[in-house]
Amino acid sequence: MKGSFRQSMAWLHTWAGLVVGWVLFAVFVTGTASYYRADISRWMRPELTKVSPLTHAELPAAAERAVAYLEKHASEARTWFIGLPHGDEPVLDLFWRIRPGAPPGHVILDARTGAEMALRKTMAGDFLYRFHFELHLPPIWGRWIVGICAMIMLVALISGIITHKRIFSDFFTFRRDKAPRRSFLDAHNVTGVLALPYHLMITYTGIVTLSMMYMPWGVTTAYRGDSQAYFSEAGFVTKSRPVANRPAPPAPIGPMVERALATFPERLGRVSIAHHGDAHATVIAAFEEPHGLSHEHPQIAFDGVTGAVLEVVNGGLKPAAKTFSTMVGLHEAHFAGPTLRLLFFLCGVMGSAMVATGLVLWTLARLPKANERPFFGLRLVQALNIASVAGLPAAVATYFLANRLLPPDLAGRSDWEIRAFFAAWIAAALIPLARPHRRAWSEMLGLVAGLCLAVVLADIATVETHPLRRLGAGEALFLWFDGALLAMACLFAVAVRKVARYQAPSRAERSREAPRPSAAVRSSERPAPLHAAPPPLAAAEPERA
Amino acid sequence: MSTSKGSAGTGLVERAGIFARIVLATGGGYAVAALATALLSVTLPLERSEAVTTATLLSFAILAGVVVLVFALHSVPRAAGILFGAILVMGLGLWLAAGPGLFVGGAP
Repeated sequence: MKGSFRQSMAWLHTWAGLVVGWVLFAVFVTGTASYYRADISRWMRPELTKVSPLTHAELPAAAERAVAYLEKHASEARTWFIGLPHGDEPVLDLFWRIRPGAPPGHVILDARTGAEMALRKTMAGDFLYRFHFELHLPPIWGRWIVGICAMIMLVALISGIITHKRIFSDFFTFRRDKAPRRSFLDAHNVTGVLALPYHLMITYTGIVTLSMMYMPWGVTTAYRGDSQAYFSEAGFVTKSRPVANRPAPPAPIGPMVERALATFPERLGRVSIAHHGDAHATVIAAFEEPHGLSHEHPQIAFDGVTGAVLEVVNGGLKPAAKTFSTMVGLHEAHFAGPTLRLLFFLCGVMGSAMVATGLVLWTLARLPKANERPFFGLRLVQALNIASVAGLPAAVATYFLANRLLPPDLAGRSDWEIRAFFAAWIAAALIPLARPHRRAWSEMLGLVAGLCLAVVLADIATVETHPLRRLGAGEALFLWFDGALLAMACLFAVAVRKVARYQAPSRAERSREAPRPSAAVRSSERPAPLHAAPPPLAAAEPERA
Repeated sequence: MSTSKGSAGTGLVERAGIFARIVLATGGGYAVAALATALLSVTLPLERSEAVTTATLLSFAILAGVVVLVFALHSVPRAAGILFGAILVMGLGLWLAAGPGLFVGGAP
């Protein structure tokens, strides 16, 4: 392009960052929350605190109960997935898929009786987790959109690094008292550069987790498109067995689970059963990863008819496959203990902030002069910025709030939680359109702070086992969760103050007297020089972005 | 895309140039990365699964590199030339390495 290499990279950084910023913000926020997916799920099913964990010896019988339920209710499904009970989720979590594309069946059973549990119906942390890479769209669409955005993000990161002449000194630069555009630029640089290794890692490894979908052409040429053959040859999964179409009585699952438990010390997470009742029925016991960075689940495949072990997959990956699974492991961060997990979480928050400040920066650099009307693109970007940066956190908070406030026995309850999420998001995107831009920011950020606070209050009010109602006798998780939301509320309250704070004191006074205060507010938002020649107050229309 | 003087005519040329670069970067970039993945998968002196994994892991770096290249080069025809050259060479290499049977089998 015209100009120097660095100039063309600056152009690329600006526009690549802008077009995907809104999706990326949502992906960053929900992905960051997903570091605590298990905790969120536990918090969203408070009834589970009353269920005591199961011992190892109880697991085989629990698996039998799961199979009995599935035989009765999901006999036409090709594959069943049985999530076995464990510490945080002492229940049977059953999934089955009847055919590709159809929504999967799902039920939670009492592991000790095999009956459906009287739990509030919720997608819990899984909704945020899946939204992170599927955006609640049909999986194929969602995953491609997120993948394309991640790829553009990678390009934006690379071009952003090239753009940065003084990457080292900018590391230590934050000019908070300068013009808003300056401090936004510095905030963008600080959040971008400080956590840069994390941003590069999380973007590339995120693409890698779905790489076989985005870039299947190696499998196409080397394996003639047979991805199952590739996965088993690489040592990721056990060999798949085609259906025989001959019925055969299935072996009981209990002894297989018993044998699996005796084979590996890791937690037995999931048992899947393919083609139950067929002569080629296969039972696969999949364990949690052993300690380490790599995403390697030990697996044992059993013959579903004889109960004999067919194959054991346990580590031993070759270098490239090991690299691949380490990248996936880095992305998922299952290896991270509490401290490291918190660091990952904070890096994710910084990533979200990097995207948000970048988006705002684009608008600050293009504000019209006092006597010009903002052009359409600017108003569009401003509207989308509020809709994502304030709207998505409002939606997440509303999702939590709905979990506490919707009646537990409401029909289609988990769908209503998700509807609440989107309704809040749409509302938070539309209301600012009718408000002056600067005010809209304050109001929407304030709304998020209020919603976070409301979640904490609703939690204390509706959960009778809450530690604050039992003088600390309940589960500490609830205190941590509520504490985190209070911290979020404070963070957004500070943001409200910051948005207001950019008004110069003298102008703030004048704006109070002015008939249309928003005009004064708007004009002070312009890039540097901030205090040079304040425009006539009545000149600028209050903006309706 | 030469120097812009800010007139309407140049603006149009510039826009066309940017549009061409976007098409080249996305379509051409993906084509180059996909061909490189396919070619490396059958030519790397590794086990079959290792070659595929290595090639796939590299492909996104290749794609990002091509995008940066397309936007960094001064002339669009030059960028297009380099991309089509690479596609041609790799396509030929793939034909020689994997044989015509590959293309009969049909890609998904």
